[in-house]
Amino acid sequence: MAGSTLVIKDLHVAIEDKEIIKGLDLEIKPGEFHAVMGPNGAGKSTLASAIMGHPKYEITSGTVTMDGKDVLEMEVDERAKAGLFLAMQYPSEISGVTNADFLRSAINAKREEGNEIPLMQFIKKLDKSMEYLEMDLNMAQRYLNEGFSGGEKKRNEILQLMMLEPSIAILDEIDSGLDIDALKVVSKGINAMRSNDFSCLIITHYQRLLNYITPDFVHVMIQGRIVKSGGPELAQRLEAEGYDWIKKELGIEDEIEVG
Amino acid sequence: MTTQVQYPFDQALIESFSVQNNEPDWFKNLRLAALEKIDVLPLPNPDRTKIDKWNFTHFQQHAQASSVYTNVDDLPEQVKSLINVEGGVKNLYVQHNQTAGFVSLSDELKQKGVIFTDLLTAVKEHGDLVQKYFMTNAVKVDENRLTAFHTALVNGGAFLYIPQNVQINEPIQTIFVHDNADAPLINHVLIVADKNSAVTYVENYFSLNDELEGIANIITEVIAQDNANVKFGAVDTLAKGVTTYVNRRGYAWRDARIEWALGLMNDGNTISDNTTNLHGDGSFADTKTVVVGRGKQIQNFTTRVIHHGKGTEGFILKHGVVKDNATTVFNGIGKIEHGASKSNAEQETRVLMLSDKARGDANPILLIDEDDVMAGHAASVGRVDPTQLYYLMSRGISKAEAERLIIYGFLAPVVNQLPVEGVKKQLTEVIERKVK
Ligand SMILES: Nc1ncnc2c1ncn2[C@@H]1O[C@H](COP(=O)(O)OP(=O)(O)OP(=O)(O)O)[C@@H](O)[C@H]1O
Ligand SMILES: [Mg+2]
Repeated sequence: MAGSTLVIKDLHVAIEDKEIIKGLDLEIKPGEFHAVMGPNGAGKSTLASAIMGHPKYEITSGTVTMDGKDVLEMEVDERAKAGLFLAMQYPSEISGVTNADFLRSAINAKREEGNEIPLMQFIKKLDKSMEYLEMDLNMAQRYLNEGFSGGEKKRNEILQLMMLEPSIAILDEIDSGLDIDALKVVSKGINAMRSNDFSCLIITHYQRLLNYITPDFVHVMIQGRIVKSGGPELAQRLEAEGYDWIKKELGIEDEIEVG
Repeated sequence: MTTQVQYPFDQALIESFSVQNNEPDWFKNLRLAALEKIDVLPLPNPDRTKIDKWNFTHFQQHAQASSVYTNVDDLPEQVKSLINVEGGVKNLYVQHNQTAGFVSLSDELKQKGVIFTDLLTAVKEHGDLVQKYFMTNAVKVDENRLTAFHTALVNGGAFLYIPQNVQINEPIQTIFVHDNADAPLINHVLIVADKNSAVTYVENYFSLNDELEGIANIITEVIAQDNANVKFGAVDTLAKGVTTYVNRRGYAWRDARIEWALGLMNDGNTISDNTTNLHGDGSFADTKTVVVGRGKQIQNFTTRVIHHGKGTEGFILKHGVVKDNATTVFNGIGKIEHGASKSNAEQETRVLMLSDKARGDANPILLIDEDDVMAGHAASVGRVDPTQLYYLMSRGISKAEAERLIIYGFLAPVVNQLPVEGVKKQLTEVIERKVK
């Protein structure tokens, strides 16, 4: 794969008739790592879900394209097949379906019928990726995310990332709930993906993750818009000073619910 | 209003069947006494399903000679795939409609005193054991019209006895093949696990083609003596035209364990009663049931654990998928009798609805007559979770395949517990066929 370019233009997203994303522009080119930071409720997960196609989110206007193709027209599985991946903030648990069976179905879904991944090749790749992520190999035979600890779920999202090799990955708070060792391991997994063909949108609250995965760009999202963009130094300032200085600088008032 | 029902059987028919089989007098008399009760007793009363118009008792002929399966090569291909043939067939009984086929039991188990034979032979050759347990402990002759009907007319089945202290590792398997619509399957399986014994048993009720009609009246009794351990698996796949009454009953003595894994996949109208009586202190029951309702099928599944002994534990798990115009009722009953202190009754019923026209009813009931106990239940009727679908699809899996995975996973608890690879595979295939 030659990498992909994701272009988001004037995106508006509503949930249950409430507008959450209010005109958002972003372009991610092959090989680029972008970080999005912002206070709770700013709409970061909404953005990620809207790009991936979560059925609850309604795109009211704007466009999302990948290499010129209209992403919003695609079904969720077609988006994945086009090369998109979302490591979710709250991954689902699926009882009765083993992690390994699920991964094999996902890999084969992207391949032509009759060209399924040979079982041995799959097992090798799975074992290798799990070892790389320092995961207990037994987790492959456990039901998908069922009873996984918060940190184990995150690690499992990265395992899927490594197995599926998308061209653009959105990582929604992949660092939350991870202990320091796990954070290093997960970062190692993500960095292993780094190439000219792979780009990443990293949603995080903490500069700490960005110490391990250096972003090319940092964006600040407040109240459904990207209000400021910069380099890694922006994340450091946010870590030290919070968001108030940006709000003050840009004259953003806190939203008060009108009932 | 009393109308005299004309049954297709009478005393003469039963006597001649009994004589033809050389049955001992006690068994013939048991049949005849039961016959007297058929008219007097009411039909069973499965909660929330009306069955008074169903045909449970009318048939063309009582038994019809079918070809005898004398070895594995005689078996139809679909049946062969249920058996692990590598290393030779072990511990298997097959029956063709009412006709007993071959029984195989390893020499080792024979030497240890294990008895495994068709029921009508057992009545003759192991009369004392059968007489002690047949319709005495677990199911009673006069519980309802269908238990009496069963006793009067039983025409097939198997008997398995595991002596004290014998622990069997290899599963014991029975296969009941059905391909004759005229004669009813009135089948009885009696399993007696003596003190400190252990056994894993799995049975298949298997219609050879989809067009068959008829009735099935199945009673299984599992007696687990003190400290015995019985793992029981079943996959039922009787055809659309077959009306089934199936009663699987466990009776557990002190510290005994009975674990059920039931894949109830009939395509016809079915009343299933699976009750475990935790009679002895410290006894344990775990019942896992998965079902799929499709077409216009009406089904009622009652799972019941009755706690008599102190410190008994009962777990009920039921997962059902209902599609098309099918109606499926799930009754889960945990009953703790007075004196059964420190007991625990837990149950979970989940129903997945795949169509607007289907009806699914989860009905959890706890009946508790003792203070010092634990009990809990969870029940839900819902659709495939859109968030789960989204999650799987976000990995490139198509909607249809994602649904298939979720439904399959939902029905997995029983598949995983079946002890024979071929039966496991069969249940998986039946599930896939039925939910497609
Ligand atoms: N299902 C929903 N119904 C109503 N409001 C919702 C729903 N989902 C999200 N929201 C609202 O949308 C807003 C944005 O939520 P979102 O999850 O995108 O925030 P976030 O930036 O990811 O926050 P966090 O940092 O806490 O993860 C919040 O105010 C949230 O309450
Ligand atoms: Mg979020």
